[in-house]
Amino acid sequence: MYVAVKGGEQAIARSLELLAEARRGDPALPELELAQIREQLRLGVARVMQEGSLYDEELAALAMRQAAGDMLEAIFLLRAYRTTLPRFGYSLPLDTSSMRVRRRVSGTFKDIPGGQVLGPTYDYTQRLLDFDPTAPAAVTPATAPLPSQMPRVLDLLDAEALIERFAPGDDAEPFDLTREPLSFPADRATRLQNLARGDEGFLLGMAYSTQRGYAESHPFAGEIRMGEVDVLVCPEELGFAIEIGSITLTECQMINQFQGGNGVPPQFTRGYGLSMGEGERKAMSMALVDRALRCDELGEASYAPAQNQEFVLSHSDSVEASGFVQHLKLPHYVDFQAELSLLRTLAAQQSATPNEQPLSTAGEQ
Amino acid sequence: MDTSPNLARAQWMSLLAQSDPAELAAAMDGFAPPADLSWLRPAQTGLYMLRGRVGGSGQPFNFGEVTVTRCSVQADGQIGHAWVRGGNARHAELAALADAMLQDEQRHARIQLQVIEPLRRALERRRDEASRKAAASKVEFFTVVRGE
Repeated sequence: MYVAVKGGEQAIARSLELLAEARRGDPALPELELAQIREQLRLGVARVMQEGSLYDEELAALAMRQAAGDMLEAIFLLRAYRTTLPRFGYSLPLDTSSMRVRRRVSGTFKDIPGGQVLGPTYDYTQRLLDFDPTAPAAVTPATAPLPSQMPRVLDLLDAEALIERFAPGDDAEPFDLTREPLSFPADRATRLQNLARGDEGFLLGMAYSTQRGYAESHPFAGEIRMGEVDVLVCPEELGFAIEIGSITLTECQMINQFQGGNGVPPQFTRGYGLSMGEGERKAMSMALVDRALRCDELGEASYAPAQNQEFVLSHSDSVEASGFVQHLKLPHYVDFQAELSLLRTLAAQQSATPNEQPLSTAGEQ
Repeated sequence: MDTSPNLARAQWMSLLAQSDPAELAAAMDGFAPPADLSWLRPAQTGLYMLRGRVGGSGQPFNFGEVTVTRCSVQADGQIGHAWVRGGNARHAELAALADAMLQDEQRHARIQLQVIEPLRRALERRRDEASRKAAASKVEFFTVVRGE
């Protein structure tokens, strides 16, 4: 049977015009400026940068406006745009211990050198809608700045060697998912790259499942810090490293109980999360899932979804997931016609021989 | 990595990249452009892949990319380079020009005094203010002494 699938060209053109009109909304209202989005919707910008896997506030703001606030669509736009740019190289590893801290809290140690600094957080708001927001009072700065170096809490407070440590080791070249497809088993560096790009909602749900018993994690938030970190690169033309600017990062160090196993004594183990901008929920979720995915390395029983790296890493990417889910609305006329005629054939056979056992459907004949 | 002979240059290149583009433009405004000027590599925006470390201190991993604009210029015999975060072509051009002029012995002291030092002070002032504002939200725990 022939099924017409052409002829939508005019309709598509009108649909694009409708989309543009709907995006703009009431033309009597001024159009949103990118600087307004960047400054006043900074947490949305951070999410689009993180999952779009590209740190650029202007491009992320542009993507958010073009996507009419649909974050996953904005992330898709940013991912698509990055493929048009040349890759100059790899940065030196970011040094989060020399972060210019604006927020830093620990759920495990009350007295940390440098202190607990709350910074801008929704944690202590009452979640009451404010119908009449007045201009905020200017914050009066403290007389002294924070210490210029704030060592990571876990590096400092582990005199007893009860918390696992990470040494830089041989700095082996990490796998790059933007260059080669994911394959299993994936090492920790590859998993972290995948989780960093992963959808916040998916990772939040996965992280929550580990707390509810689907992977015995017993986590503590060892340290969460947010602030500015210098980006260093070492271009071939120079032969020495230079700073090219700073970026805002949120880092989360989770501490988890570990009973011991695989030749490792009982100790606290660590999960790691890192996010662009102020992305605390994402960084915490990433750290919990990172720790759950270390079950094989630590010889833990693996039974929960969050411990299954093939399950987690294959479904974390919102661009892939929304593409595959949403492709269902595109024409499947031929596929569906085939299934329809099969069912009609079966129905016809059944009504012809009413006393026999029902025939099995597709696949078994 | 060779740093010591190039330390001064690395420091001014870093500062030029970290500076506010409008402040850099204003500071460079007072200098006549070099007579013999050619853009060896016009400003071009591309990507660097950012690397993090597992646990903050362990093995490197690829974290996500960042936009970077680079530019190279030849000015009166000196070659200046710039790599700046973001997509601002003018920022990269001015930083490359300043890098070239800073390598010129005739001009070095004046650029250092009228461009680099004011930009450094502005950057330090902004960082100090951000840090003191954050410090205003530092938690002071009180220890309650229990009575006998």
